Amino acid sequence: MNPTTAKTWDEFMEGIWRQNPVFVMVLGMCPTLAVTVSAVNALSMGLATLFVLVCSCGLVSMMRKVVPKEVRIAVYIVIIATFVTVVDYAIQAISLALYDALGAFIQLIVVNCIILGRAEAHAAKNPPVPAMINATGMGIGFIIGLFALGAVREILGAGALFGVSLFGSNFQPWVIMVLPPGGFFVLGGWLLLFSWVERRKRRKQSGKLGEATQNA
Amino acid sequence: MHETAFQIFVNALLANNFVLAMFLGLCPFLGVSGKLDTAFPMGVATTFVMLVASLCAYGLNLLLGYFHLEFLRLISYIVIIASSVQLVEMVLKKYSPALFRALGIYLPLITTNCAVLGVALFQTAREYDFVQSVTFSVGGGAGFTLALVLMASVRERLQLSNVPDLAQGTALSLMLAGILSLSFMGFAGLGG
Repeated sequence: MNPTTAKTWDEFMEGIWRQNPVFVMVLGMCPTLAVTVSAVNALSMGLATLFVLVCSCGLVSMMRKVVPKEVRIAVYIVIIATFVTVVDYAIQAISLALYDALGAFIQLIVVNCIILGRAEAHAAKNPPVPAMINATGMGIGFIIGLFALGAVREILGAGALFGVSLFGSNFQPWVIMVLPPGGFFVLGGWLLLFSWVERRKRRKQSGKLGEATQNA
Repeated sequence: MHETAFQIFVNALLANNFVLAMFLGLCPFLGVSGKLDTAFPMGVATTFVMLVASLCAYGLNLLLGYFHLEFLRLISYIVIIASSVQLVEMVLKKYSPALFRALGIYLPLITTNCAVLGVALFQTAREYDFVQSVTFSVGGGAGFTLALVLMASVRERLQLSNVPDLAQGTALSLMLAGILSLSFMGFAGLGG
């Protein structure tokens, strides 16, 4: 891989794994927990956020030399709000059921810290194409996080995935998982799992290091 | 819409607590709830901004409806919230510099608190009248403060106890929030 592609790839992957917005940076918690009662809701929320993220990062990056520094946050917010309004009306036109399920949380994408964070930290300093690539990575990372939560909560809380029943009629749904406390518990559980994996990896590495020094 | 003001207040405060049941304003909830000293002023400041934003949003909504410009609602709400935060900041700086310094960076961050925008959006969606909007915003703000103070108190106690290393940090806070949220579910149906 030549250096330019490698760098682009790195910027793309950053949001998916190393700086995953949900599991590593713990940003944008409100929509994350509120809409992930089912896998479908989680995916559509993720897609809506991805669209807003990519479009607004692109536009912010194009305007980065025009906007005076003092009013930049206000400008970013207005740009983001514009795209959110677009998404809001689009979802309403495509599926009214989905619109009702997501409720006010589509409009609340405006105050999702991931988007403003990306606009400020990355898009305002880079040309449009890398900014949009980075934003796409972040958006996909966010979708993965939302899906991980939504799938677990739907499987445990309703015994189904994408509305398809998994365990047959004998399954007693664990209702608490689709209620608000379940959101906190499942996300906490995922974070525990990740920190456990991280620690095991680190212990293995230090173990190998110890062996190497012994052999030498 | 025949909810009385009292029902709206109790609902927003307990049964539909903004943080623990509706997942609004989680960022400050997880970020500022480390110490009781900062949690309470933060809650009060947010409540105040919510009240101002709710009043402005109510007036603005009438204006937008009059001119048939509903599609501008979201953009104008967010601009109003940003400017009212700025206003609160300037007033505080002038009349109570001590409190202004104590709140520091948290003050401008209220702009991106989804609980504030949430109040404005929900009161529009539910078509609350003037009195209802005001009680809704005050109740929601009080609920936010309550959740923040409870969480901060628990976390202060928790620092003295022996927690497994693995669970330290955000995971622990989330589990705590889950348990708090579980207990707030006991208030369901209280506001009728």
